[in-house]
Amino acid sequence: MSTTLARRLRALLPAIALALLLGAIFWLQPRAMSYFGLNLLLNLSIPIVFATLSQMLVLTIGDLDLGIGGFVSFVACVAVTLLADSPAFGVLVLAGAVLAYALVGALVQLRRLPAIVVTLGMSFVWFGLAVIVLPSPGGTTPAWLQAALRLKTPLVPLPIVVAAAVAAVAWFLMMRTSFGAVLRGAGGNPVAVARAGWSLLTIRATLYALAGCMGVLSGLTLAGLSTSADANIALRYTLLSIAGAILGGSEFTGGRVSPVGAVLGALVMTLAASFLAFLRLNPDWQIGVQGAILILILALRAGLGRLERA
Amino acid sequence: MVGLVGHNGAGKSTFVGILAGTVVADEGSIEAAGVVGHGHAPFPAASAGVRTVFQELSLCPNLTVAENARLVHADLRGWGWRRAAGRRIASALDAVFPGHGIDAGSVVGDLSLGRRQTVEIARAFSGGPGPLGLVILDEPTSALDGHASGQLLSWLDKAKARGIAVVLVSHRLNEILAAADRVVVMRDGRIVADERAEGVSRERLVALMGHVAGGTAGGAREALATDAPVLLEGREAAGGHGLTLRAGEVVGLGGLAGHGQTRFLLDVLDGTPWLRAKAACAFIAGDRANDGVFPLWSIVDNAAVGAYSRLGRGGFLGPKRLRDLAEEWRRRIGIRTPDVDDGILTLSGGNQQKVLFARALASDARILLMDDPMRGVDVGTKREVQALVRAEAAKGRAFLWYTTETEELAQCDRALVFRAGRIVAELPGDAITEEGVIEASFRDHAAA
Repeated sequence: MSTTLARRLRALLPAIALALLLGAIFWLQPRAMSYFGLNLLLNLSIPIVFATLSQMLVLTIGDLDLGIGGFVSFVACVAVTLLADSPAFGVLVLAGAVLAYALVGALVQLRRLPAIVVTLGMSFVWFGLAVIVLPSPGGTTPAWLQAALRLKTPLVPLPIVVAAAVAAVAWFLMMRTSFGAVLRGAGGNPVAVARAGWSLLTIRATLYALAGCMGVLSGLTLAGLSTSADANIALRYTLLSIAGAILGGSEFTGGRVSPVGAVLGALVMTLAASFLAFLRLNPDWQIGVQGAILILILALRAGLGRLERA
Repeated sequence: MVGLVGHNGAGKSTFVGILAGTVVADEGSIEAAGVVGHGHAPFPAASAGVRTVFQELSLCPNLTVAENARLVHADLRGWGWRRAAGRRIASALDAVFPGHGIDAGSVVGDLSLGRRQTVEIARAFSGGPGPLGLVILDEPTSALDGHASGQLLSWLDKAKARGIAVVLVSHRLNEILAAADRVVVMRDGRIVADERAEGVSRERLVALMGHVAGGTAGGAREALATDAPVLLEGREAAGGHGLTLRAGEVVGLGGLAGHGQTRFLLDVLDGTPWLRAKAACAFIAGDRANDGVFPLWSIVDNAAVGAYSRLGRGGFLGPKRLRDLAEEWRRRIGIRTPDVDDGILTLSGGNQQKVLFARALASDARILLMDDPMRGVDVGTKREVQALVRAEAAKGRAFLWYTTETEELAQCDRALVFRAGRIVAELPGDAITEEGVIEASFRDHAAA
């Protein structure tokens, strides 16, 4: 029975971490416990949620995407330039970017390349394209996009609504549909899935294309929030998304993913930064402490994982 | 129902793979239920009504039982597919293995090996698109206990009555003889016999499976001094055999492939409470590419890495000393290379293996663990290495030699036969023959 208990605990870990962080923040700053406070606190989580889901999709088949940060930056740069100036062309570029993601997946499958290397290479490509599109920080996000992210949803602030909706859709798609079962199966035992008559090429390309779509949503929402962009805007998203997805219960080995956990993990990663700001910690120390919090949570997770196997 | 038997590497699994459409045949054609498949293209097994239970499990451990059923049932889609898949697999499980106690919603990774096997077998019989014409079972009972095996065999009888053809691949000869109508024996990739099951005895099957060249190649063995120091002592849990390894001995580890021999060698290397090595051990890998060579290093470094601490001076390695060592071994065991500073991958497989031998022998280990190192090595090299092993043993080293080839096993002073991770028999030197080993590997099935 301790196995199921450990599994349940592990599934709850991101939720517990989120509750603890929120509790600590409310205790330090009671005014955060309001519609506006929560909105401010979680605003930046929207693009991170999408980026984390993108990472989770790639993790599904046991790969790691080191290019997501560069990709989100590129999308944000396109959003504040091409998409604002000539919407049709901008949409076309973003569709091409998603296609490029699918092709990267196909390349990894066909040539049996390590995804980590290919996506690392792609990160430089995306970064370079971002610099070409937007050589110096600036640009203006289209008004409709800004407006969409300033939407005042009733009762619950927008970031929470988005997080809940995205979590529900991703959970249904990955965990409840037969399509999702096949995708996850390909991460668990690719040979078995291939033997059952599925094309691993299609599966991997599909997952990467979905990851690209999530990356586009991440870039667009980021541009909508920040109203302008620069080529470096989302470089740290690569590590944030990996940390968020793993924290949320996904495994590096593939197959075991948790969309709801990934969304919660993304929220935890966002709040950890705010929490340290509330502590009035010297900014020089903040990144280090953020890393320490991450190590602590992941160590807990690894410990629970070991209990589960025992 | 056809039973298919043969020794390790006789080509049974390859044959099954071709029928199942996962391995492409080089030539020839297959015809089933009006579907014809030719060489150079995967056989469209599913549309021909062929279902396969593979030897290595083909279930996704991260999915539930029902989701795994969905993988092979393309017709399960839309709303309610989970419940439909669950019902389908559950009814198949109920039919084949009454009282199985497996919930369709449980994650496969949480089930025991035997239960996973029952799920996999039931999945093949769970219907799905197209008619079911032929079921191929590759070692279906290897992970099942006696009760479940019996359930499966009686189910196969019923399936036969319903007009379903069955190919049963198994090392459990008694099962084959009891269940199959015909027995086909494969050896070295060919079919060597195809007989009615009633007319065949166990002994005849064993003889048909056996290699012709066996046994006597060992040559004269010198009698061992029984007072030679004991280098390794192991006690074994209930029912198993213990092990004592003395200096100068070469002990073979035999039995069917993958029955725990490599695990045993690693246990010796790491040391466990029941296995205590009294001297240093060195491991000679059989899986060269994965746990043998350092592919980017030169021959010198690959050979000398085990002796670094001995050859180093004050934390620095002397290139000259390393080179001398490599040159010495190149001479002694005939590593064929123009220059020992060349990369290890410039060598042929057999010569790479020699470098690995040199690495182990150049260390000061007294116990050498060989993990089927002669895999894919030509005959000449094999001879040389065998002579080398004998010479080193005479100098007081001891060898534990796992091999899948009986001819090599016959070179050993004694052989331990493994089954399911345990030593089930110990054969003295002159009893090591293909028949003897197969007989010992199957002995306790006859009782079961």
